[in-house]
Amino acid sequence: MTSPSTSPARAGTGAELSLQQQRVRSAFWFLAPMMVALIAAAAWPLFRTIYFSLTNTTLSSLYEGEWIGLGNYLNWRTLSSGKTIYRGTLVDPAWWNAVWNTVRFSFVSVLLETVLGLLVALVLNAEFRGRALVRAAILIPWAIPTIVSAKMWAWMLNDQFGIINDLFLNLGIISEKIAWTASDATSMYAVLMVDVWKTTPFMALLCLAGLQMIPRDIYEAARIDGVHPVKVFFRITLPLIRPALMVAVIFRALDALRIFDLIYVLTPNSSATKTMSVISRENLIDFDKFAYGSAQSTLLFAIIALFVAAYIWLGKVNLTGENR
Amino acid sequence: MQAQSLIARTGFYIAVVAIVVIAVFPFYYAILTSFKTGTQIFEVTYWPTSFDLSNYRTVLTGRTFPQNVLNSLFVATATVCLSLLLAVTASYALARVRFRGRGLLLITILAVSMFPQIAVLAGLFELIRFLGLFNTPFALIFSYTIFTLPFTVWVLTTFMRDLPVEIEEAAIVDGATPWVIITKVFMPLLWPALVTTGLLAFIGAWNEFLFALTFTSSETTRTVPVAIALLSGASDKEIPWGPIMAASVIVTVPLVVLVLIFQRKIVAGLTAGGVKG
Repeated sequence: MTSPSTSPARAGTGAELSLQQQRVRSAFWFLAPMMVALIAAAAWPLFRTIYFSLTNTTLSSLYEGEWIGLGNYLNWRTLSSGKTIYRGTLVDPAWWNAVWNTVRFSFVSVLLETVLGLLVALVLNAEFRGRALVRAAILIPWAIPTIVSAKMWAWMLNDQFGIINDLFLNLGIISEKIAWTASDATSMYAVLMVDVWKTTPFMALLCLAGLQMIPRDIYEAARIDGVHPVKVFFRITLPLIRPALMVAVIFRALDALRIFDLIYVLTPNSSATKTMSVISRENLIDFDKFAYGSAQSTLLFAIIALFVAAYIWLGKVNLTGENR
Repeated sequence: MQAQSLIARTGFYIAVVAIVVIAVFPFYYAILTSFKTGTQIFEVTYWPTSFDLSNYRTVLTGRTFPQNVLNSLFVATATVCLSLLLAVTASYALARVRFRGRGLLLITILAVSMFPQIAVLAGLFELIRFLGLFNTPFALIFSYTIFTLPFTVWVLTTFMRDLPVEIEEAAIVDGATPWVIITKVFMPLLWPALVTTGLLAFIGAWNEFLFALTFTSSETTRTVPVAIALLSGASDKEIPWGPIMAASVIVTVPLVVLVLIFQRKIVAGLTAGGVKG
C-alpha cells in the first residue's frame, strides 16, 4: 500500500492540493478497506435479511423465494363462511411470548447488574488491603466463555446432584430440591442468576472507572460539612458518574436484548425463557421457515434500533466523546 | 463511635469476601468436578476430594476436541489480525483528519457493534453459501469482523485522538506522508492499545457461539464453544459432566491467565470511549 495522496502533488503543474485536501483524500483510502468489510459483513446481510422477510424463501431453496410483501408479518384470508383468519408473526403467540421474555429478562438483568455493579464498584473504590486481588477475582466471570459458564451453572443448578440445591437445603432457604433449569417456574431465575453473575463485573468495572474520575476533595469537603454518606452518594457520586452509567447501561441493555447463547445452552426448549433471538434462529435454521425467521429477526432489529434512538434522545447520551 | 466503626469495617470486609467467593466459586467448582470420576461426581463436596486426570485424558484423546481447540485458535487469531489491520488505518483517518460526516461515520460504526447478530444471520448465511465458505473457518473469520472491527476501530480512534498533535506536525513538516506517519510515528505509540484491543477481540472471537453454531456443520470444523455445548453422552439421560467440566477448564484457564496478566490493559480498553462523555 502506498499513499495515493502523493501523486497529484508531484505533477506540479499549477494548483497543488493543500495539505488539508491531501489529508482528506488519504483519509478516504484509509477508511475504504474497513468500510468495504463492514458493508460486506453487516450492511449487505442486513439488507438481505430484510428482503428475505418479504419473500417465501426456504432454507433448502434460497434463490427460489417469491415476493409476498408483508405476508410473513401479517396476512389474512376471509373464509367462505365470512370468518377472517389472521396469520403471521404479529399474531403469533409464540413470538409475543418471546418478546415478553426478552423484555422481562433485559429489564430485570440490567437493573440487577446496575445496582450490584455499582455496589461492587463502591467497594472497590475504597482503599483496603488486597484490593488488586478482588479486582482480579471479579474479572474471572467476565473472562469465562458464556457457553462454559452456562455449562458450569447447569451443573451447579442440576436438580439431583447440583451444589446449589445442596447449599440452599442446608441453609434452609428451600425445603426440597428444585429443578432450576428444567421447570418453567424457575428457568427464568436460573438464566437471570447466571447472566447477573457473568456480567456484573463488566458493569462494576465501568462504574469504577467513572468513580475514579471524581476528585477526592469533593468528598473531603462533604465530610467536613458533615453530610451524611447516603446523601453524599445520591447528591454527589450518582450525578457525577451518571454519564458513565448511562453508557454502561445501554451497552448492557443491547447485549441483553439480543441474548442467545446462554439461553440456548442453559434452558433449551423452555418456552418460559425463549427469547426473540432464540425463536428467530429456530425458525430460520431448525424449522425451515427461513423467511418467517427473517421477519422475526428484522422485527428484533427494528425494536433494538427504536430502543437505542429513544434512549440516546431521552438520556442525552454523548457516545462519540467528541466536542467535550 | 468505636463500636460503630468496627461494625462498619466488619460489614465491609464481609462484602469483600462475598464478592470474591461468588465471583470465583463456579470456576473453582468446575475444576473440582473435573478431577472426579465415576460415582464421586454425584456426591456434592465443597473441598477437593480426589485428583483424577482421567476426564482430561478422555477429552484430549477424544476424536475431535483437539481439532476444535486448533479451530478456535486459528479463527480467533486470524480475526484479530484482520480487524487490527483494517482498523489501524481507519482509526487514523477517524481520529486525526477532519472531514465532513466524521461524526456520522463514527456513530454508524458504533451502531454496527450494537447490531443484534441474529439480524444479519439470514443474509450472512446466504452470502457464506454463495462464497462457498460454509463449514470452513473462513466463514467465521469473515462473520466475526462484524463485532470485532467496530469495537477495534472505536477503541483505537479514542486512543489516537489523545496522542499529542505536535508529533504529527513535526512529521508533516519533515514531509512525511500519512502512510509514513501511521507506520513510523504512530505505530510505536499504539502498541499498548493494539495489545488491549487485540486481546479483547481475541476473547470475543474465542467465545462467540451463534455464528459458529450456524456456519459449521461437521464435528471437525466446530469451534470450542460449539463443541462443548454439543458434547453429549451415549444417551440423552447421561450427560458426561466430568469431561464437560474438564473441557471447560481447558479452554478457560488460558483466558483467565491472559486476563489476569493483562488486567490493567483490559480494564482500560473496556472503559475507553465509555466513560469519556
